[in-house]
Amino acid sequence: MTASLFVQGLINGLNQGAIYALIALGYTMVYGIIRMINFAHGDFIMIGAYTLFYTIPLMVNAGMPAWMAVIIAIVVCALVGVLVEILAYKPVRKAGSMSALITALAMSIFLENLAMVLFGAKPHNVQAIFSLPTVRIGTVSLPLNVLLTIAIGLLIMLAMQFFVKKTNLGKAMRAVPQDKDASTLVGINVDKIITLTFAIGSGLAAVAALMYCSTYPRVTNDMGSMMGMKAFIAAVLGGIGVIPGAMLGGILVGLIEIFVKLFAPGWYEAVTYGTLIVILLVKPSGILGKNVGEKV
Amino acid sequence: MSKKIRVSYLLNAVGVALVFVVLSILFSAGVFGTSTTYIQGICTTACYTIIMVASLNLVVGFMGEFSLGHAGFVSVGAYASAIVSGLLTGKGLPDLGLFLVALLAGGLAAGLMGVLVGIPALRLRGDYLAIVTMAFAEIIRVCFCNFSITGGGKTMSGILKLSTFPRAFWVMVVCVSIMFLFVRSKFGRTIRAIREDYIAASASGINVTFYKVMTFAVSAFFAGIGGSIYAHYMTAMIPTNFNFAYSAELLSEVIIGGTGSLTGSVIGAAFLSVLPEAMRDFATYRMLAYSVVLVLVMLFRPGGIFGHWEFSLTRLLGKLFKRDTVKEGA
Amino acid sequence: MAANSTPVLRCQHLGIQFGGLKAVDDFNMEIGQSELVGLIGPNGAGKTTVFNLITGVYKPTEGSFYLNGERMNGKKTHQIVHAGIARTFQNIRLFKKMTVLENVKAAMLEELPYGMLQAIFRTKAYWELEQAATERAKELLKVVHLSGKEDLEADNLPYGQQRRLEIARALATNMKLLLLDEPAAGMNPTETEELLEIINYIRKEFKVSVLLIEHDMSLVMKICERIQVLDFGTTIASGTPEEIANNKKVIEAYLGKDKTAQEVTKNA
Repeated sequence: MTASLFVQGLINGLNQGAIYALIALGYTMVYGIIRMINFAHGDFIMIGAYTLFYTIPLMVNAGMPAWMAVIIAIVVCALVGVLVEILAYKPVRKAGSMSALITALAMSIFLENLAMVLFGAKPHNVQAIFSLPTVRIGTVSLPLNVLLTIAIGLLIMLAMQFFVKKTNLGKAMRAVPQDKDASTLVGINVDKIITLTFAIGSGLAAVAALMYCSTYPRVTNDMGSMMGMKAFIAAVLGGIGVIPGAMLGGILVGLIEIFVKLFAPGWYEAVTYGTLIVILLVKPSGILGKNVGEKV
Repeated sequence: MSKKIRVSYLLNAVGVALVFVVLSILFSAGVFGTSTTYIQGICTTACYTIIMVASLNLVVGFMGEFSLGHAGFVSVGAYASAIVSGLLTGKGLPDLGLFLVALLAGGLAAGLMGVLVGIPALRLRGDYLAIVTMAFAEIIRVCFCNFSITGGGKTMSGILKLSTFPRAFWVMVVCVSIMFLFVRSKFGRTIRAIREDYIAASASGINVTFYKVMTFAVSAFFAGIGGSIYAHYMTAMIPTNFNFAYSAELLSEVIIGGTGSLTGSVIGAAFLSVLPEAMRDFATYRMLAYSVVLVLVMLFRPGGIFGHWEFSLTRLLGKLFKRDTVKEGA
Repeated sequence: MAANSTPVLRCQHLGIQFGGLKAVDDFNMEIGQSELVGLIGPNGAGKTTVFNLITGVYKPTEGSFYLNGERMNGKKTHQIVHAGIARTFQNIRLFKKMTVLENVKAAMLEELPYGMLQAIFRTKAYWELEQAATERAKELLKVVHLSGKEDLEADNLPYGQQRRLEIARALATNMKLLLLDEPAAGMNPTETEELLEIINYIRKEFKVSVLLIEHDMSLVMKICERIQVLDFGTTIASGTPEEIANNKKVIEAYLGKDKTAQEVTKNA
């Protein structure tokens, strides 16, 4: 492999990885707080992408920059996330993890098919979001919007890490999964914290949608499930429930995907999943995850 | 074996035979007119779906581990059996023999894969094990997309049409009976104990790992048989048929029917195979309705419609005729 | 204990570290045939950890332990159970959604050596083995005074009966050493009395040794032949009930200084 091919791959991998990392963050936050795999999370990205598709022209017509549409997308996604949580997840929370898992699967099917009914099965093309030039350094071509995507991704990760570690709300979010009853006793409104977590996680999905659409401007009703799955793998790989884990896992999965595609295009998914299995066997809670044994 | 149990076996055999006879008479009398073949097809679909769902229930309902990759086992069975039946075509085997050999090959191949997937169960439980099963299924799918013998990502077609309704029906009956006898023996008792409390199970002398791997293998074996019927009914297939969505569908059918109830799996799978056809005119809304039903079931009957309840013909007849009945395998 | 016979259980310098913390350190113990030994100590002293070490839930980082002279280190829980050590749990762990009879039969795999084909074809051997197992399970349930409850779901039993069912399940494994983790916790005096009777009957009838963790001091004093006291993972005393009741270190460990043995037994 030539050096330029390598650098190109690295950049593309980081781009892909930053998107996965942001989606993984949503999975991780929700899992961290209620121990539930939110299968519908991938579909929140789809919702974000459709919102972008419809609002970008409005923004452009109003003379505002296209990326401002993400604000509306964040609001829409956060709203959908909270609605899903309150209407579907909250009522089954006490019924056990099997029920929660199935409900999440059902919500994913629901959102995907709702989108199909509303928007049809044909892909929609999103207007260009960032009109940044592509810079060439030697033989490496560097689209600046890719760099921007990576930068946004990293920035949000750092912001989230700061939020969870340093602010009171963030601390409450970490307290709830440790002990729900004790959290209630010290005055934390557990339900409110869970709802807030869903709002933030879903809002981040809108940002991920923006980043994704700036690289691949195509929206379909099932775009979320595929991407969601890989992001979810990323979250588990890095250690689900841990924010830096989502970042690490996302970037790892992005890099694996791009580099394996260079050599064996048909096999990249198998390599990603294979890596996951190996890592879970070596360290059952993921690379940065904490081991929690059951007390006897 | 007590006399009562023998009578109950006999009764069940008669009951099953009656169902078959009624369906056969309906088909051959042409009650459905031009759509006979179509309805026969739906019944065949119901038969292999029942096998797949019931086998998944062994892992999910009886052993209490999520599996999000059952479609992977189904696909291994489907492809292995298709390859075997393809190789053996024209070697002088009668159709039925060919069908049975293909089924066995599909089941064994999938069972082996089940052992492989069961091994991570040495260290993983719950959500993590579920993720690993999903990952395995995806890897299997990618492999089938890349191997030339399985069509290399394109449709593998020209598979012999060996799955007729009567064959599918009787294979289903045999498979479900075996699974039923399995869960009503020490094996079922042991894996239910693992589901209830794996720490107490090992403290009771149960080799938890061994039974987990074994259950995965048995479950995969039957999934493979289901897949074999599928392949020889469809006669053409593509690896993406066996994606995560298919696994999720099978899992949700287990849950709707009832975790830990083979009756639930049978009725759930049969119902959910017929329903889409009945709702053809509303195809767009079908999946929407399906997902809403799933959520509603989870809300109001978290254990599924049948919970742990099992249908017993003996008990039913006993109630009708006010006779004492026996409970077997407790 | 006869001078020359091998002890049923022998622990030599057994210890385990979690991180840097020594949860149990230099634990030594010998239990003879049919002996009843008590293991006591304040909360967090490491009593349950000892059980977890002996049953293979944790792997000891130091020392070794022997069952009838056979070294057990590194064996898996189910192997240790088959070798002859069974236990109950502090926070009852039953197979809740299974019947009382099934709970006991689940622990009788050794007596049900039929294979999958025999189960599927329901051979004669299958029926005979299952029948025999049911008979024995019913007998064990009788031992713990649970006859007639066979078909109830374990979850529906009252608390005291759940504890007794756990004992029946442990008995079903054909063990030589029974580990009871606070069997009287949460029981009223009548239930405790009934439990004592059962424990004594088991010792006599099944010739098993018992190692008992208990907070109820009066109970420990009443039935144990020897007592070993743990504090912060180390043994601070061992001896007959009288010796323990008058041991200064023990009293300090339980109540701090300046208290008498009478108060210890009274308050506990």
